[in-house]
Amino acid sequence: MTKVTMTVNGKTVSGDVEGRTLLASFLRDDQGLTGTHIGCDTSQCGACVVHVDGVAVKSCTMLAAEADGATVDTIEGQANADGSLNVIQQAFQDHHGLQCGFCTPGMVMSAAALLKENPKPSEQEVREYLEGNICRCTGYHNIVKAIMAASGQDVTAIAAE
Amino acid sequence: MYNFDVEKPGTIAEAAAAMGADEAQALGGGQTLIPTLKQRLASPSKLVSLKGVAEMQGMGKDGNTLRIGGATTHATVAADGSYPALSALASHIGDPAVRNRGTIGGSLANNDPAACYPAAALASGATIVTNTRQISADDYFQGMFDTALEEGEIITAVSFPIPQAANYQKFVQPASRFALVGVFVAKYADGVRVAVTGASNEGVFRWTEAEAALSTNFSASALDGLTVDPDNMITDLHGAAAYRAHLVKVMTGRAVTAAG
Repeated sequence: MTKVTMTVNGKTVSGDVEGRTLLASFLRDDQGLTGTHIGCDTSQCGACVVHVDGVAVKSCTMLAAEADGATVDTIEGQANADGSLNVIQQAFQDHHGLQCGFCTPGMVMSAAALLKENPKPSEQEVREYLEGNICRCTGYHNIVKAIMAASGQDVTAIAAE
Repeated sequence: MYNFDVEKPGTIAEAAAAMGADEAQALGGGQTLIPTLKQRLASPSKLVSLKGVAEMQGMGKDGNTLRIGGATTHATVAADGSYPALSALASHIGDPAVRNRGTIGGSLANNDPAACYPAAALASGATIVTNTRQISADDYFQGMFDTALEEGEIITAVSFPIPQAANYQKFVQPASRFALVGVFVAKYADGVRVAVTGASNEGVFRWTEAEAALSTNFSASALDGLTVDPDNMITDLHGAAAYRAHLVKVMTGRAVTAAG
């Protein structure tokens, strides 16, 4: 076992991990942050997306040992300071961007990474950025719409398909 | 996964020493290796993470050569503009989260027959720099998942001569988004090089007939009389050998047209 220390959602945390412990497992099992979901466990579905040192990564395909010393942000750290939903989360609710909700943490984290890089993405850019996030309920349309709305763009012209 | 130790060296020398351990395995971004370990297809005793080796990070242009550290991520290459066709290629590997972890050295060391970077390295006549030597791309790729790397050898950098014009065209397999066929065309003062990924049982290869034709006339019409032999092309449920052979010519033509 090796000791790892990282900053998760602004708090310094540490724990003992095996070499093979995934970052996703460390967050969920050691830290109790079960908002980060393990969907496919093969780095395809994106339900496990978190930010490591400010960029989106699939936490099921990164070792906890590799995140030693890093800054990690998960879905649990996304709400506003007063506990209300942040602009992306609120947009997902307003535009019905989720049904079962399993993919939603990863979708929100990918959306946050996209909007940091590209504050006013086109619909095409949103769809391309979500290539590694799979949703089996929504057909993506309302997810794309929610992210466009969260970026402050008018989405009334985006028809429900 | 079987368990293993993780070592995080800070220099190439430390990394090379760590790789001397029995059953040690280099870890780049882990975007292929970690899924492989999950399937218990490998059982290294120790992973040597190369992410913390500062000398292997980042990229820089020296004259007409672009040198990219082996631990540089696809996202970093995608954001750099000094070799536009290479950055465009990097920007379509995997998905954004994969590009934030995956590295050029890891991709080239793995030499997946459907990976994108091998096509760029071979078409550009790149030099693979390791902790012990320099290997030309023509000598480096030795077949599917096979390279000239020796046990314990680490790709520390890759040097690309920047071409006059270049383009990469990828025909994606719709589910995995890997290249069903990918063609990288690069035009240099002394001739054109064409490298094909995704298509052959032998891994990435150069289409020399097309190179000769395009070196005389750099236009898609120069390919008109050429055919690609389907012998030894990959046949799987996504496409037959003859289909892949056909795609090689189509994608080469598109790459030439796009390169201008």
